[in-house]
Amino acid sequence: MTNSVVMDQMGEQKTDRLKNIAADIVLEAKKQGADQVETSVSVGQGLSVNVRLGEVETVEHHRDQGVGVTVYKGKKKGFASSTKLDSSAIKEMVSAAYVIAQYAEEDPFAGLPEKDSLATIFPDLSLHHPWSVSAEQAIKMAVICENAARCYDKKITNSEGASVQTFEGTHVFANSLGFNHGYSSSRHSLSCSVIGSSDDSDSMQRDYWYTTARKASDMEAAEKVGEVAADRTIKRLGAKSISTRKCPVMFAAEVSSGLIGHFICAIRGGNLYRKSSFLVDSLGQQIFPSFLNIYEQPLLPQAMGSAAYDSEGVATKQRHIVESGVVQGYVLDSYSARKLGMKSTANASGVHNLTVAPGGLDFNQMLKQMDTGFLVTELIGQGVNTLTGDYSRGAAGYWVEGGVIQFAVEEVTIAGNLKDIYQFIVAVGNDVDLRGNTRTGSILIEEMTLAGS
Amino acid sequence: MSDLILQAEHLILQPAGLGINDIDQVMGGLLSNKIDQADVYFQMSRSESWVLEDGIIKEASYNIEQGVGLRAISGDKTGFAYSEELTLPNLLNAAKSVKSIASKGQSGIIKPVSYMQSPALYAPLDPLDSMSREDKVILLKRIDQQTRGLDTRIDQVIVSLIGAYDVILVAAQDGSLSADIRPLVRMNVSVIVEENGRREQGSSGGGARRGYEHFLEEDRAMGYAREAVRLALVNLEAVDAPAGNMTVVLGCGWPGILLHEAIGHGLEGDFNRKGSSAFSGRLGEKVASPLCTIVDDGTLENRRGSLSIDDEGVRSQCTTLIENGILKGYMQDKMNARLMGQTSTGNGRRESYAHLPMPRMTNTYMLAGHSDPADILASVDNGLYAVNFAGGQVDITSGKFVFSASEAYWIKNGKITRPVKGATIIGNGPDVLTKVSMVGNDLELDSGVGICGKEGQSVPVGVGQPTLKIDGMTVGGTHD
Repeated sequence: MTNSVVMDQMGEQKTDRLKNIAADIVLEAKKQGADQVETSVSVGQGLSVNVRLGEVETVEHHRDQGVGVTVYKGKKKGFASSTKLDSSAIKEMVSAAYVIAQYAEEDPFAGLPEKDSLATIFPDLSLHHPWSVSAEQAIKMAVICENAARCYDKKITNSEGASVQTFEGTHVFANSLGFNHGYSSSRHSLSCSVIGSSDDSDSMQRDYWYTTARKASDMEAAEKVGEVAADRTIKRLGAKSISTRKCPVMFAAEVSSGLIGHFICAIRGGNLYRKSSFLVDSLGQQIFPSFLNIYEQPLLPQAMGSAAYDSEGVATKQRHIVESGVVQGYVLDSYSARKLGMKSTANASGVHNLTVAPGGLDFNQMLKQMDTGFLVTELIGQGVNTLTGDYSRGAAGYWVEGGVIQFAVEEVTIAGNLKDIYQFIVAVGNDVDLRGNTRTGSILIEEMTLAGS
Repeated sequence: MSDLILQAEHLILQPAGLGINDIDQVMGGLLSNKIDQADVYFQMSRSESWVLEDGIIKEASYNIEQGVGLRAISGDKTGFAYSEELTLPNLLNAAKSVKSIASKGQSGIIKPVSYMQSPALYAPLDPLDSMSREDKVILLKRIDQQTRGLDTRIDQVIVSLIGAYDVILVAAQDGSLSADIRPLVRMNVSVIVEENGRREQGSSGGGARRGYEHFLEEDRAMGYAREAVRLALVNLEAVDAPAGNMTVVLGCGWPGILLHEAIGHGLEGDFNRKGSSAFSGRLGEKVASPLCTIVDDGTLENRRGSLSIDDEGVRSQCTTLIENGILKGYMQDKMNARLMGQTSTGNGRRESYAHLPMPRMTNTYMLAGHSDPADILASVDNGLYAVNFAGGQVDITSGKFVFSASEAYWIKNGKITRPVKGATIIGNGPDVLTKVSMVGNDLELDSGVGICGKEGQSVPVGVGQPTLKIDGMTVGGTHD
């Protein structure tokens, strides 16, 4: 307990030092002739260890710092960034931004956000929980994790290793409208990736699992992470391709966030004002079935996507993006908002703890509801066209009959158009994956085209 | 001392008040434990980017980065630290934390410095200074205006210009000191066209280890623009792509990302040392049709994927990966080569001082065959002709890979018929090349746009191939 209080004081001291640097940058830019300025300054440090086959493989010590500044001369914009924080480097960086701003052109939509949109309340989101783990302790933990995976089954024959990572940093944002605020945050993770091979074929499969949290004690146990990695790998052994067909497809929770990510990409301001999205003018439209709700929860304590303001200082708020299947709001920064004649939704740095409201079924009940179809647990490749909504990606997973997994599937693609895929959502599970910035359970689609052998 | 080393010393060490002697001291700090391999990697890079959109220069940015990465390896154990602060006490501190990877023991012998120089494959110029800011603006605006004049259906034009100047200085435990100055420029034009309410996009670009004049020569900049518009207009006509297993003909040039994904990553030394690649332990085996000879060649002048020396100071080379269908060699960095009893092939690359080196590709391509591309198309009754791609990915353990077509046509009775929408193509690396039944005589390298990502690190690469016929791949369309 005492320890963490000391740490928080250190975090505050660091924040104050960076706030001073940020204030100097704003002053310097004004002095050089800028009309408006915004700047961000960050420092961070971390440790990352990797073990493989019971032995340490790498120990990496990280120490990062960086600073960026955007200056506006009238409605002309220039940006510069640097890894140096000393005062002469900062002067140089500000002048580089100012010089290139002269070559940009007047853009009536450019500029800082409106002053009344900036955050004024800064709740403690409990994001900073440094972990004073030594390299030796981290190695020990990774070894325990990898051992659990390697001992899980004799079919685990090789390993890509287990790794433990910890990072803590401080980030400050300031602008010439008087905003100057910063906070510290931490992130820790433990991951494991192992390889299996079966007796009856010479092919190998690899899978992995990970846990991540702001607070080290909130991570899953090392043994558990190893066991899940091993179990996932073994289940993939003997995978085969299946024939081309149309069938129901269920996205497991660990891949369904991607499906929601494509929706967010399509309602992002930049894609909307360029009309490079299949969801242009979708505000007020029924894009999803009426049982579906998607909202942002930026102020959740200790969550991965939490922030009181975005990278322009605009105050975040809890809001619905989709309510009863209807689009209620876009994902905008202040520039794209002006282009669209709207207001920033505080998403200059992306969405914050995007949440798909869970339905009533758990993973096994979801499988039962699908009855017969393809369960996807891994997707590879790009294959998503945001302009047209066309979707075609490589997939691996399981063939399911009567709600029960029959065998592992690989070397197939799944395809459709996102507009149809979203309308064809039949159910969202309550098996929510809380590890990332998008929180959703598994998602069942009534029909997609599966191409295979 | 070589010119490049002098320049690197002048650009990186001197401003920080450091000298070559200080590197010796830091190396001494690294080698006081049982260390098999160690290096100190200094880097300074400047980059800029200019973006034109809506007819105006909308975004201009400038970035400067510098830092040092220290690495010590004992057996297969690596200690690594990096810092943006180039001061001697800071470097010695980092050396101390890095060397703890090895047990204490007999100190390594510090070798006298030897200055290495490899023939330069590109001029040591700063591309940011290769054209005035005024002229960069004029170039972007000219391309925008001329592009808009190409077709009345064009609605959006985005033109971008990126340049980077990268200076590295690397000292290794064997006393070698090497430097490289690496220019890199890139230009891209993307357009959106609209007809009867249907909107489609097209994008094209190129780049090289040169100055910005690259885009003025041979009308390259407008060449990208015309290609982007052509792609977008083709897509306006495209119908749903087919689904299922079929004959696929791949065009020459950029479709070479097939090779990068299907076999390139699987032949990187680290995966093979660990036995995690579908190609592990298969040297000397037949992994492709006898028509296929594939190389990784870092020695092509001015190419995006080329390096005079890699990030471990090893001179680039042309490595034969597959010769007449037989697996011949892996791509190696120093550590994996040492652990496998081989020698580095000059493929030790890192994104920056803040990342560890690992085996990476440079320019990977298949040598030309003997077939006339027209004969290849004429030999297909029903199949897909894919000529442009958006990218790809591979699972090196299972060998399954994908790459996504952005321009493709349906072949019927030996003739190209209508364009079909982009679709992902999936295959199995270790056997896809055994299905190559015809290789064209039209080897082409890509225009210089490739970026390869591995374990979170991005590096510029090149690919290439002649027209290829593959008897059976799975195409991920929606149409039966």
